[in-house]
Amino acid sequence: MSGGSILGLAWRSLMNRKGSALLTLLAVALSVALFLGVDKARNGARAGFDNTISGTDLIVGAPTGQINLLLYSVFRLGNATAEISWPTYQDIAGRSDVAWTIPVSLGDSHRGFRVMGTNAAYFEHYKYGSGTALEIAEGRRFDDIYEAVLGASVARELGYGLGSEIVLTHGLGAGGLTDHDDKPFIVTGVLAPTGTPVDQTIHIPLEGMTAIHVGWETGTKSPLADTITEDMIRSFDLTPKTITAVFLGLERRGTILTTQRALNTRAGEPLLAIIPGVALGELWQVTSVVERALIAVSIFVIAVGLVSVLISILTSLNERRREMSILRATGARPGHIFFLMVAEAGLLGFVGALLGVLIVQAGLFVLGPMLASSYGVKLQGLGLAAIDLWTILAVTAAAIFIGFIPAIMALRRSLADGLTVKL
Amino acid sequence: MTDQPAIEIRDLRFAWDGGSTPLLDIPAFDMGADERLFLRGPSGSGKSTLLGLIAGVLEPQSGSIRVLGEDMSSLSGAKRDRMRADHLGVIFQMFNLVPYLSVVQNVTLPCRFSQARRAAIAAAGGPVEEARRLLARLGLTDEKLLARPVTELSVGQQQRVAVARALIGGPNLLIADEPTSALDADARDRFIELLNEEASQSGAALLFVSHDGALASHFDRSVDLSELNRAGVAA
Ligand SMILES: Nc1ncnc2c1ncn2[C@@H]1O[C@H](COP(=O)(O)OP(=O)(O)OP(=O)(O)O)[C@@H](O)[C@H]1O
Ligand SMILES: [Mg+2]
Repeated sequence: MSGGSILGLAWRSLMNRKGSALLTLLAVALSVALFLGVDKARNGARAGFDNTISGTDLIVGAPTGQINLLLYSVFRLGNATAEISWPTYQDIAGRSDVAWTIPVSLGDSHRGFRVMGTNAAYFEHYKYGSGTALEIAEGRRFDDIYEAVLGASVARELGYGLGSEIVLTHGLGAGGLTDHDDKPFIVTGVLAPTGTPVDQTIHIPLEGMTAIHVGWETGTKSPLADTITEDMIRSFDLTPKTITAVFLGLERRGTILTTQRALNTRAGEPLLAIIPGVALGELWQVTSVVERALIAVSIFVIAVGLVSVLISILTSLNERRREMSILRATGARPGHIFFLMVAEAGLLGFVGALLGVLIVQAGLFVLGPMLASSYGVKLQGLGLAAIDLWTILAVTAAAIFIGFIPAIMALRRSLADGLTVKL
Repeated sequence: MTDQPAIEIRDLRFAWDGGSTPLLDIPAFDMGADERLFLRGPSGSGKSTLLGLIAGVLEPQSGSIRVLGEDMSSLSGAKRDRMRADHLGVIFQMFNLVPYLSVVQNVTLPCRFSQARRAAIAAAGGPVEEARRLLARLGLTDEKLLARPVTELSVGQQQRVAVARALIGGPNLLIADEPTSALDADARDRFIELLNEEASQSGAALLFVSHDGALASHFDRSVDLSELNRAGVAA
């Protein structure tokens, strides 16, 4: 009457129908993999995004949606529709409640990588993860107009190192007609990898940003531009007229809401100040509708996987009437027949779910680094999590529950058939 | 338990699906503790049904069936199952074996369901040892043969494996439902001799059922179901 030996029978019986059992396992495994894949992608993306910026209390830009400002200033996604003027920036930086500011100017690119104009404060104060500062892996920060510091992925993917010369592109094209080929930049430093969009960014001084746009005020190269020499440019005032956004840290974090309100309601040039965490929260609210739909769909797919367990066992019942009556004749109780059926269903559910978890883990192992390098968002929490365990348990439990149907049918039949079966 | 009569039936009535016209209506049927009895009856007369009742897989509408002294009709379903698991060996006409189990696993199958059988052969070295011993007695010693899937054995070989399974753990009553109908005459006679020999070796009663009256000569006693059964035979 030992349960283990019936489980052994169930396993052998499944192995006797390898083809159909394997297909059923595959159906369960793929459905579980889809569900867990959606969940991991969601959590990975969230954790990756949440890790991208830390320590910055407010981000200030020209008025737009708070998600929009967050996306273009931090994640380099999309473009600013308007800029803020330099005097306004100076005004913000001069506030008594503001401890530090990082001005940033976006808009140019180099072979698909965004170029960001900023200053030394960026290397001092920009933090990611749980407060990790940027680290220069090689070389030093920029301190002249035509110097650049590369994110780790930029250097790796484009094969640049210290001393490489790079030509910046106006706008976000892949290069070509709008190159600023008159003014190449020298790479003086390469940042250590961060797993954030910083890895995808080319950092240059704000003055350098201004300098490459001398003669380009209309948005295209004017005939004058080529006649301007480097010495002439150095003699100009290269303070930027506008910047795209400001990251700022406060003297005391407690004043964050007061400062935000003060900036948002400030007289003069209108501004939008956002708290990064709050803006991310709003972003997740927008995406959660889609996430929930995806989760719902993947749960339905699991249900389909479980139905295939049911089908495979039900279709085997007819050809197994004889087997059931042999088991009965050799002493199996109705409970044994019942347990045998339920155990088969449970085994299919359990092994299938286990396979599904393995598929996801293998997928993350292969895809994780690829996603990290092409989107700059490192997938977090790759390993086995509680949800993997719960999913295995839940799918096994559901399969066992579903197994009651063929179990009851087999039971009824074996009672009605008596000792012999007429096929 | 062995001094009790193997089977004692009184006023048994059974109809399939609880119908009103009984298939079986047996006032009395007795079988001794170590008797080897041949039960004859034409096809459709209810022989297999009677065996189902004796084995406790079916329940009579009325009357009593005592098997090895236990009144099957008053036992609970679980107790009847226990009774069968511990004390009965069953051999079918054909398709006796579970296709996904090896020869030895098929023979040891009853031990999975019966503590009593496991205990009975613990001294002999456990189920696998005992299975090999029984198979050897029945002439199945070839390791290559034993390693084959049971579906690849000949019908005669399958039936011998079924006998080994019925005998394992020393049951008190063997019931065989036309176990020779798929065998040729020579194989049939040898099989019946073997079965008789093994039954007397292990001291078990043997109830052998067939429609073929010619087999009666192999047994101590022969009974015709139509003489026992008062119900008219439908087919
Ligand atoms: N599971 C069942 N459900 C309903 N009726 C059944 C069932 N099994 C047998 N019967 C009926 O009971 C009658 C006797 O069947 P049974 O199998 O006992 O005959 P038998 O004597 O063993 O015949 P055979 O020699 O052909 O095996 C038949 O008329 C059959 O239709
Ligand atoms: Mg029959």
